[in-house]
Amino acid sequence: MGLFSATKGMLRRSLARTRGALEGLGGLLRGRTLDAATIKDIESRLVQADVGLPATEAIIDKLQQRLRSGAPEDAHAALQQCLCELLGPASPLATTEQAPMVLLVAGVNGVGKTTSVAKIAHALQGQGRSVLLAAADTFRAGATEQLRIWGERMGIDVIAGAPGADPAAVTWDALDAALARNIDVLVVDTSGRMHNDASLMRELTKVRDVITKRVPDGPHEVLLVLDATQGQNALEQARGFGAAIDVTGLFLAKLDGSARGGVVLSIAHALNLPVKLIGVGERVEDVEPFDGPLFVDGLLADD
Amino acid sequence: MLDGLSQRLGAAFKSLSGQGRITEKNIREAMDDVRRGLIEADVNLKVVDDFCAQVSEDAMGESVLQSLKPGEQMVHIVHQRLAELMGPVESHIPFVDPGPTVVMVCGLQGTGKTTTCGKIAAWCRRNGKSVLVAAADLQRPAAVEQLRITTEGVAANAKGNAKIGFHGEPDRCAAYGEAVGEAITVCMNAVRTAREERYDVVLLDTAGRLHIDDALMGELRGVQRAVNPHSILLVIDAMAGQDAVNAAAAFNSQLEVDGMVLTKLDSDTRGGAALSVKAVTGAPIRFIGTGEKYEDLEAFHPERMAGRILGMGDVVSLVEKAQDEVDEAEAEAMAKKMAEGRFTMDDFLKQIKSLRRMGSMKQLMGMLPGVGSMMKNMDIDEGALDRVENMANSMTAAEREDVSLMNKSRTRRVAKGSGSGQQDVNRLLKQFDMVKKMSQQMAGGGMKGRMQMARQMASGGMGGGMPGFSAKGSTKTAGVKQGFKARKRKRK
Repeated sequence: MGLFSATKGMLRRSLARTRGALEGLGGLLRGRTLDAATIKDIESRLVQADVGLPATEAIIDKLQQRLRSGAPEDAHAALQQCLCELLGPASPLATTEQAPMVLLVAGVNGVGKTTSVAKIAHALQGQGRSVLLAAADTFRAGATEQLRIWGERMGIDVIAGAPGADPAAVTWDALDAALARNIDVLVVDTSGRMHNDASLMRELTKVRDVITKRVPDGPHEVLLVLDATQGQNALEQARGFGAAIDVTGLFLAKLDGSARGGVVLSIAHALNLPVKLIGVGERVEDVEPFDGPLFVDGLLADD
Repeated sequence: MLDGLSQRLGAAFKSLSGQGRITEKNIREAMDDVRRGLIEADVNLKVVDDFCAQVSEDAMGESVLQSLKPGEQMVHIVHQRLAELMGPVESHIPFVDPGPTVVMVCGLQGTGKTTTCGKIAAWCRRNGKSVLVAAADLQRPAAVEQLRITTEGVAANAKGNAKIGFHGEPDRCAAYGEAVGEAITVCMNAVRTAREERYDVVLLDTAGRLHIDDALMGELRGVQRAVNPHSILLVIDAMAGQDAVNAAAAFNSQLEVDGMVLTKLDSDTRGGAALSVKAVTGAPIRFIGTGEKYEDLEAFHPERMAGRILGMGDVVSLVEKAQDEVDEAEAEAMAKKMAEGRFTMDDFLKQIKSLRRMGSMKQLMGMLPGVGSMMKNMDIDEGALDRVENMANSMTAAEREDVSLMNKSRTRRVAKGSGSGQQDVNRLLKQFDMVKKMSQQMAGGGMKGRMQMARQMASGGMGGGMPGFSAKGSTKTAGVKQGFKARKRKRK
């Protein structure tokens, strides 16, 4: 995803504010074995970054094992490595031979789905691909309008339905349009819904099934948008949406605030779901491929 | 989790019996469990540690020493302290006279400010106040449009007849960060309009912003200085994590927040953020948001929230939900019908529907104490209720009125129409018959009937009273389900 790199500096800048302070933990850990006080400090940092207790404890266990067994190593580097391992290797967006590639985007209310959809579309457009948007959020007032405005700004067409229309029907129409116009990528925006709302989750499954019906190997990516400010409930979200639409990766939005988004470690620990992209601002360019080491740096930094 | 916590605390104190003395060490062990629970509920770590230190001190007092079951007593103390910290109850907006009362709504992006504005407008109208809703979010595309549609919905449908107006200046919208300051003008115009047109309340829906964005936080201060709002409400996402304290503290230091609205409590979040933000701002949590519709705004109850954070069930909310769903007069008519044995398939269908409107089975059962944690990983077949509804809907009106009409050929037709098997339809009919008989005994039979019903339920002959409904994965919950059904019926 080379074309993302134009904005690469952005994340570095937004993380830089916490960067210098990383020395705090680094200094504490460097050249040290893990005593009770150090472990407590690591625990408190991870918990305060929303990593959650089960994942935090697993990380500390692993770190201890490592320091006990192998050759003496820097405790700080070891911790960083543990976290990166847990996050797994970089996981770029899927690619397809056959157009259209279909991306389905979902999440609970207010995480920033519509903005994220616009960002994804913008990035893919920047790679020289033709993009079409489906406004399958027919429920929230103004949602279609919001996506349409983004579309206009980027010169991307938006397929929409009437307010209250069946989102699966809108998706079907959008698939028709994408196939007829020989579009490279179709991004489907859905309305926010709570993962514990059974009927709305069924509605989402139907949208997914409609896509599979028209494009047999689609959707090629099913992205769950998470809000970096959220806590452990994000893990439940990943479980709920995963059960309904087989999520393939995460879009971690709102990472430009002071929240660290550590819940993705919690999710990686429990569900092994990769983070694919991150959102770092309100502008349409403010999207980055997920970079594990960079993310971990921000996570461990002092306030 | 209450049960779990209570048990673990019980174990921690068990070793004490016979010793008659609680040591600091025992309390520390017990508090470790409390600490874990609170962290898992997303209460901020610093808040958790302060809280645990305080409770440990309290627990050293006599009440624990004298208690017969120290574990339960500890849970009680923890629960009580949590509720105290989140209280008191101030679920209203103070209105000024003469009006208009100016209310400013602010918060991070995506917390639900616009939706909350619609809800507050509806709440004001129920209280006989006219409201002008002003769109001061000029950043997010179509935010003005969203608020306009929301406001129109409230004006058309919300209870009450006070005037609901909308003030929007879409021409002033610009991309993020480019319309800084414009919101001040919009707010001033809105307040002027409200004064001229004699509205009781003017609600200012501001743009979502990061608390670390100085330019936009400055704009909020500008709005505050320009219109001098009577109330500043901060909207907080109940799913927020550890960082909620930083955001709340920043908004509070810039604006002196008067109250908070906790949104998205219709999710299954434990909502520890409630405790965190109360601790840092000291401002009361005035309302909670429990859904996407404008009527989904409720008073805040600290004890219930404390229970939720601790993972205890919420029976009170469950009962309230049921009460919301059921119209008193209708319930009485239904009871009469039941007593006379005139309960029809239509009535049955109606009941299933109102039950389902209250939430998913999993959600409802999650509100029962102790069941929540057990249910967490259990797969409940919500589809079973779909199938029951489908079958009932495939019957003709006459058949639903009098199920005895059903014969083999009709059964075949219903099975075909609903995409189910004939044996499913037969089972439904049989079970409906049982429910009908039972409800007759229940509603009319007085004590004797009730006892009989209880016996029948205990023998398990009725499958929880819900035809076609079965929980996968565990038979343990059958008792709970029956208990739930029994309570539900008793109410009627």
